[in-house]
Amino acid sequence: MVLGTYKEAVSARSTDSKILDVSQDGGIVSALLCYALDEGIIEGAVVAGTPDEDWRPVPTVVTSADEVIAAAGTKYSMSPTLSALKEATRQYGLEKVGVVATPCQTQGLRKAQAYPFTRFVAEKVKLIIGIYCMENFPMASLDTFATAKLGFDSLQDATKMDIGKGKFWLTKDGEDNGLAIKETHGYEQAGCNICNDYVCEWADVSTGSVGSPDGWSTVLTRTDDGASVFNAAVEAGLIETKPMDEVKPGLPLLEKLAKGKKDKNNAERERRAKMGVKVPTIY
Amino acid sequence: MFEKLKKAFGGSKDEAAPKVEEKVEAAVETPVEAAPEAAPEAAPAKPRIGYIHLSGCTGDAMSLTENYDILSTVLTDMIDIVYGQTLVDKWIHGTYAEEMPEMDLCLIEGSVCLQDEHSVHELLEARKKSGLIAAFGSCAVTGCFTTFARGGQQAQPKHESFLPISSLVKVDLALPGCPVAPEVIAKAVVALCEGDLDYLKPAMDWAACDKGCGCDVLTNVIRQGLCTGCGTCALACPTRAMGFSEGRPSCDRDRCIKCGSCYMMCPRSWLPEGRIKKETGL
Ligand SMILES: Cc1cc2nc3c(=O)[nH]c(=O)nc-3n(C[C@H](O)[C@H](O)[C@H](O)COP(=O)(O)OP(=O)(O)OC[C@H]3O[C@@H](n4cnc5c(N)ncnc54)[C@H](O)[C@@H]3O)c2cc1C
Ligand code: SF4
Ligand code: SF4
Ligand code: SF4
Repeated sequence: MVLGTYKEAVSARSTDSKILDVSQDGGIVSALLCYALDEGIIEGAVVAGTPDEDWRPVPTVVTSADEVIAAAGTKYSMSPTLSALKEATRQYGLEKVGVVATPCQTQGLRKAQAYPFTRFVAEKVKLIIGIYCMENFPMASLDTFATAKLGFDSLQDATKMDIGKGKFWLTKDGEDNGLAIKETHGYEQAGCNICNDYVCEWADVSTGSVGSPDGWSTVLTRTDDGASVFNAAVEAGLIETKPMDEVKPGLPLLEKLAKGKKDKNNAERERRAKMGVKVPTIY
Repeated sequence: MFEKLKKAFGGSKDEAAPKVEEKVEAAVETPVEAAPEAAPEAAPAKPRIGYIHLSGCTGDAMSLTENYDILSTVLTDMIDIVYGQTLVDKWIHGTYAEEMPEMDLCLIEGSVCLQDEHSVHELLEARKKSGLIAAFGSCAVTGCFTTFARGGQQAQPKHESFLPISSLVKVDLALPGCPVAPEVIAKAVVALCEGDLDYLKPAMDWAACDKGCGCDVLTNVIRQGLCTGCGTCALACPTRAMGFSEGRPSCDRDRCIKCGSCYMMCPRSWLPEGRIKKETGL
């Protein structure tokens, strides 16, 4: 299955305007974290914040709805999220932790659960909210897009960053400036070129923008825990949903992109293996 | 009891209580090394486990005992500890020359001091007497802390060379960690009792490992174009030697104790897809 194992696919968005004002898409990540915190399902979570407001993501432990909302929005650079998981369980002493993770971060986390070589950490993760991910960029690549390609004085001038409709968008002075995705090729990190998971197949719940209209998210519930948290948040009125087959472009586009990523990056993996360069050993 | 344990540590649910004898046979017949010549008179009812304490700090044995919830079950129902200084009072040493028993698995903690005749002897003897040898904790696997030893201290100034045990004997299984985590010990013991070699495969493939360092992620991950900046290596590091710069791990080598955990845990070194799918149902 090109989208991994899932129970249900829906289009959804938060019903809270405080979240929708700042969220990247439907605010599903933030809504779920707030709900799980409120219900005591988790005591805190690891997210990617930008303390210096310079778009550089910094792994951050949050324990309140306000902190969750302050960290909303996508930063298109690497956030070594799992490094802060240690902080969450040690300094913060959290026993029930949520994690917002890209597919590669989820792989690290699931590996640490299956082979717990690090004591008393992985077992405390109670909710993995996965975000779809096609690729990620070094900060210097983002600088290039803003300055050399879009003519900004600085990346800092951008107030929103998004990828969609075939373009990389930077908003400045209320105006959206698009850069063809083609122009971003060759600027992603090299590790992404062998990544074959688009929709975060090992998360409890996965979400992203592709498949749903603007301001909405496509959600895949995967594990029992993930489905129960999501459904409870819907029931509590924090999230509204629409059946996936009633929205455009819907799952076909998501499947197409997921398959495209797998095919391309599996080919790269084979190419590297043939050259004799290291690729991960899969057990 | 077995069922409870298996459930606690994600063992196969469908299987009935395993015939331990068969399973142990299976484990001993691993690709690595044949069981010792002198066959045991009677098939053992439970795996016979030994624990040897070479130049280690006992942290790994402590970790074993930190499986509080299941420790008594493990010790009474699942395994027999037949050799060891800390967990049972039975070991060979200079004057008290008791013979080392046959062991299905011998856990060896600590590196081996080349200038300590007795340590070398005990290690070589263990190899003869054991079906499987596990390098138990990073000192045994990579040398860890003892990598930095250089002699010149009282009362044995000559004790200066400490090697990972795979330098002297064939190791079948490596369980790194400083100390090795309680959970992974429990999972490995359950896998061993069940003959679940799939689970142990990565640890077996790691058996020949004899060095570890924060630079491994540089050499084997970043430089190979594999790093994703996920942060798992920093999660694994016991000394917080691993920082990040431009989305890439960067090791403070004055903090690094060469335990090898960072590279072991990196999802871009190896990824247990089968096991993850089984445990999560995904
Ligand atoms: C590098 C990257 C690439 C992506 N590519 C795609 C794609 O190709 N297609 C698609 O549909 N969706 C993609 N997404 C996901 C999408 O951008 C949104 O993150 C997702 O839809 C969640 O939106 P939301 O409104 O529910 O979340 P919000 O409520 O806005 O919360 C977003 C959460 O993501 C966390 N976060 C932000 N940046 C990062 C980061 N770099 N690493 C880890 N966590 C982070 C924040 O801390 C916050 O908790 C990508 C995300 C990232 C980080
Ligand atoms: S494409 Fe893959 S490797 Fe790259 S950031 Fe996304 S999930 Fe990680
Ligand atoms: S665990 Fe591996 S892939 Fe992740 S940041 Fe460390 S070296 Fe890079
Ligand atoms: S960086 Fe940390 S985990 Fe890696 S070898 Fe050094 S001490 Fe061990």
